[in-house]
Amino acid sequence: MSRQEATVLFDAPGPRARLRHNILTAVAVVVLLALAYVVYARLDERGQWAGELWEPFVDWQVWENLILPGLKNTLGAAAVASVLALLFGVVFGLARLSDHWWIRVPAGAVVEFFRAMPLLILIFLAFFVPPAVSPIIADGPFGNAQRVLVDNVLFVFGVEINAGNVTVPAFAALVFGLVMYNGSVLAEVVRAGVLAVPRGQSEAAYAIGLRKNAVMRLVLLPQAITAMMPAVVSQLVVLLKDTALGFIIAYADLLSAGFRIVPANYHNLVPAAIVVSVIYIGMNMALSRLATWLEGRTRRSPKTSAATLGVGTGTPAATGMSQVGTGND
Amino acid sequence: MDQLLDFSPVFENLDQILAGFWATIRIAVVTAVLALLFGTFLTALRVSPIPVLKRTGGFVVNLLRNTPLTLVLAICILAVNDTLKVTLSSVEGVNRYWWGVLGLSVYTSAFVSEALRSGINTVPIGQAEAARSIGLTFTQSLRMIILPQAFRAVIAPLGSVLIAMIKNTTVVGAVAYGSEAAAVMKLMFFDLGASIPIFIGFAIGYLILTLPTGFFFGWLAKRMAVAR
Repeated sequence: MSRQEATVLFDAPGPRARLRHNILTAVAVVVLLALAYVVYARLDERGQWAGELWEPFVDWQVWENLILPGLKNTLGAAAVASVLALLFGVVFGLARLSDHWWIRVPAGAVVEFFRAMPLLILIFLAFFVPPAVSPIIADGPFGNAQRVLVDNVLFVFGVEINAGNVTVPAFAALVFGLVMYNGSVLAEVVRAGVLAVPRGQSEAAYAIGLRKNAVMRLVLLPQAITAMMPAVVSQLVVLLKDTALGFIIAYADLLSAGFRIVPANYHNLVPAAIVVSVIYIGMNMALSRLATWLEGRTRRSPKTSAATLGVGTGTPAATGMSQVGTGND
Repeated sequence: MDQLLDFSPVFENLDQILAGFWATIRIAVVTAVLALLFGTFLTALRVSPIPVLKRTGGFVVNLLRNTPLTLVLAICILAVNDTLKVTLSSVEGVNRYWWGVLGLSVYTSAFVSEALRSGINTVPIGQAEAARSIGLTFTQSLRMIILPQAFRAVIAPLGSVLIAMIKNTTVVGAVAYGSEAAAVMKLMFFDLGASIPIFIGFAIGYLILTLPTGFFFGWLAKRMAVAR
């Protein structure tokens, strides 16, 4: 960066500005090194650099038995929830675009409600309510329906029913929360993606005699999917990040491996926390990179006439705001 | 079946629920201020002309954006507070409140910074060049030309960040500060038996916090939009 361009804030630097920048660079480096030293010294003071605290992480047994199962659970929950959330998103996103008010309005209500809810209380809902409520339902007229539902559908997620008492494992509760919340956000992404296809496309499709179904399937969706791909991937990063909430309901995920299981065996919470953080950040950064790369590719793509829903702007604004905001969670 | 829709636990414990949401509001307001401060600082680093600071700001934001909030708070509470014994107050409740607020603020500041930077990027470079060519100094062009336009572009994204932050206070409640509404809901589930009415009571509470905020920022963003 020897020659700097002018930016909105700063003109291209002249000789005096360059000198000033060099001095500030030196000061900044010193301050950053001092900060790093303070952190290092603080950890050293507590003996966190001691070899025996870090030794477990060069032992393959520790990885195989304690850390990797956690990683597997995290990725498993993320994978199942991603697939279901995408399904939920497509169904409800298209339902909101329906011409029939009796489909559009309920779908809109569901999407807006779950988008406005904190994810954690949805997880609490799925985790704590069914065990308490199921015995009452079992005595009522829907007792049989409940049993059939659990035995035939929900058992896939590990939900069990025993004499009318439903138990929900942490995995199922986590997946429920992730699907409802991220599915609702994805529904908005799908809707925005379809709406981003220029009107001329569907008008032309109707003009050549295609029906509603074919217009959506052959003309709008293929272009919308290309345009919304970056936004979808960046929402999946949010989903992967949110799997860490499973820690709160004692799901045996990567976070729990780093903060509960490994420290319980080796009394090395700080090193374990650092190792687990590196894994989480690495995974998420890789996915984020993918989203950014996709965005660049889509912008150049001739396959769609819709404006790309980018990583930054793709996620729809929070409920009640009609403008597009930044994606975050 | 009637007990399924029995709302009496909600009305009988309304004071407890309201106390929970009061804690939520206390967390959210302080976090909003701190996150705005940290976020502005990070943005200043990222748009500065000094490469080292630019890289550092970008690195920190990228790091925080890719870290789960639960992990940030677990590090604050379990690692820094419990293991390294760095405390922010000698009173345990106050200490955990501040760790929760600090963790959430630092996490949110990354998103605030993204929003602010995107706001600055919406200002066309011609505006700054025009300001320089009529002889405005750096401070003058920042104050009169760039920031007024950047702030208007930033209202909608900042609103979304704020709403996400209000929802994220639930994680603070679960990991750090147990007086928060989501933690109160869990407590009521244990004390009174989990039920759908209790959930609905808390769901409405969160809707009351987030929906008007969303409408307000949407309205403000439209009203203040820069016509280009």
